[in-house]
Amino acid sequence: MRNVGVLAHRELGAYFLSPIAYAVIAIFLFTSGLAFGLGVFTSGGEASLRNMLNFWLVLILVFVLPMLTMRLISEEMRNGTIETLMTAPVTDSDVVLGKFLGAFLFYLVLLITMLPYPLLLRMYGPVDMKLLGCHYLGLVLLGALYIAASLFFSACTKHQVIAVLLSFALLALMTFASDALAQLFEGWTRVVLQQLSVQSHFRDFVRGMLDTNHLVFFISLTGLFLFFAVKRLEMRRWQ
Amino acid sequence: MIRVGNLTKRYGSLVAVDDLSFEVERGGVLGFLGPNGAGKTTTIRILSCYHPASSGSASIAGFDCYSQSMEVRRRVGYLPESTPLYPEMRVREYLNFRGKLRGMGWGERSAAIKRVTDRCWLTAFVDRPIGQLSKGMRQRVGLADAIMHEPQVLILDEPTIGLDPTQIRETRNLIKELGEHHTVMLSSHILHEVEQTCDRAIIIASGRIVASGSMQELRNRFSTQGGRVIAEVRASQNEVESGAKTLDGIEALDVAASNGWVRLAVKTLGDRDIREDLFKLSTSRGWTLRELRREGANLEDFFIQVTAEQAQKAKQRSSINA
Repeated sequence: MRNVGVLAHRELGAYFLSPIAYAVIAIFLFTSGLAFGLGVFTSGGEASLRNMLNFWLVLILVFVLPMLTMRLISEEMRNGTIETLMTAPVTDSDVVLGKFLGAFLFYLVLLITMLPYPLLLRMYGPVDMKLLGCHYLGLVLLGALYIAASLFFSACTKHQVIAVLLSFALLALMTFASDALAQLFEGWTRVVLQQLSVQSHFRDFVRGMLDTNHLVFFISLTGLFLFFAVKRLEMRRWQ
Repeated sequence: MIRVGNLTKRYGSLVAVDDLSFEVERGGVLGFLGPNGAGKTTTIRILSCYHPASSGSASIAGFDCYSQSMEVRRRVGYLPESTPLYPEMRVREYLNFRGKLRGMGWGERSAAIKRVTDRCWLTAFVDRPIGQLSKGMRQRVGLADAIMHEPQVLILDEPTIGLDPTQIRETRNLIKELGEHHTVMLSSHILHEVEQTCDRAIIIASGRIVASGSMQELRNRFSTQGGRVIAEVRASQNEVESGAKTLDGIEALDVAASNGWVRLAVKTLGDRDIREDLFKLSTSRGWTLRELRREGANLEDFFIQVTAEQAQKAKQRSSINA
């Protein structure tokens, strides 16, 4: 477990030592600011984060988080540093969890940059702190899932571009297309596809509803992707 | 210290390491010599716990490389072939990170970083980003990392590849020094390097051991394989050829004429020295002799010969199986 901290610390450091992190922060600030501004400061706009969270921010995260995560394992494979890493006394799950935690902590930094928005909303009226807490919890869980899924793809290939494209595809499918696809099927396939729809689980957090169903969904799916990533690394050893 | 028994590694239908067995005692520098693609890196990766073997066993300091991998990793310092490092980190940061991964405490780490950077001539570069260092410098960072936790066994995969001649000499001296306190296993496809740095060598080709022993034993082994005598005389080529054939103890003969001089290369059987006979022959026939010398067999010839034989055998084996 101590190794997870060491690895997460290195990853977090690596983010701030490379230009990618700053580019990602810039893109995130610009697009989320745009989504916020267009949702609130237009005629008839609503003084809440709801418009932004319901669609735009989720879309932004579908693109931003894979870009943050793609290098975590792919880059190690490409540079060969995976060899020194995986011959150090650390387990494969330490590696996956450490990298996940590093990206996750960076994501929390991104969420902190969003704090000015509720402060701006206070100009128009009181902000419901419980609702805001619910929004943030939803975002934390959503981000964890996206990072875990992208991390799995990063463990699949040494080509960062392939990793990021696969992540885009899967996340977009799960988030936006799953509901629509469900309508095409009957019976249990429909139920599974509906349950897999990230957006329908996330929407309740936006509404301010805390449902254990959604907690279980996000946490278990995140765990599943991390488990796949560990298995993928173990598989690599045999190839 | 290192024990390998019937080790086999297959990648699909390709057999990279084929039933390899050897043992390495504590201390000294062992050369692991073979042409490219002989299975050196594969064996080394199994020993460093990077990937498991298909069958057979490998153990270091009594711990199995597969089932007790963490114990092995704590006792091994490993420098992979391309010296992979994180370019964005500074040397000190990198060594600090590696020390933490190995569970070294703060005080222990800073002492170790001081010690290894001194030892690998890196003191002036500890605060430089690794990405800015030259290939030779990076090699030293990799080496510093491999020795910072005082491992019992040090495994170096092609440690001098890509270095300039001065760096090669420095690195070899460092490796020799390290051999006094650690058991060092070093792979190379350059015979000369192994001759200079190692006390013992294992020669492998096509995944199998073709020769092993101390450097002296290896030299003795091929010195019994006979040498060559070279002579240059002024005479006709046919005359020289027929004359030389009358000598005793000749294994093979090569005659070539140029500018009126005939160059004769005679491969002799065993330890036999035919220089005197050849001199007498040329005086009796009235040839003018301008050169006469004997070349001992060298390790290089031996190396090329045994590895070529092994490659041939491997080809036969695979054609029989197919």
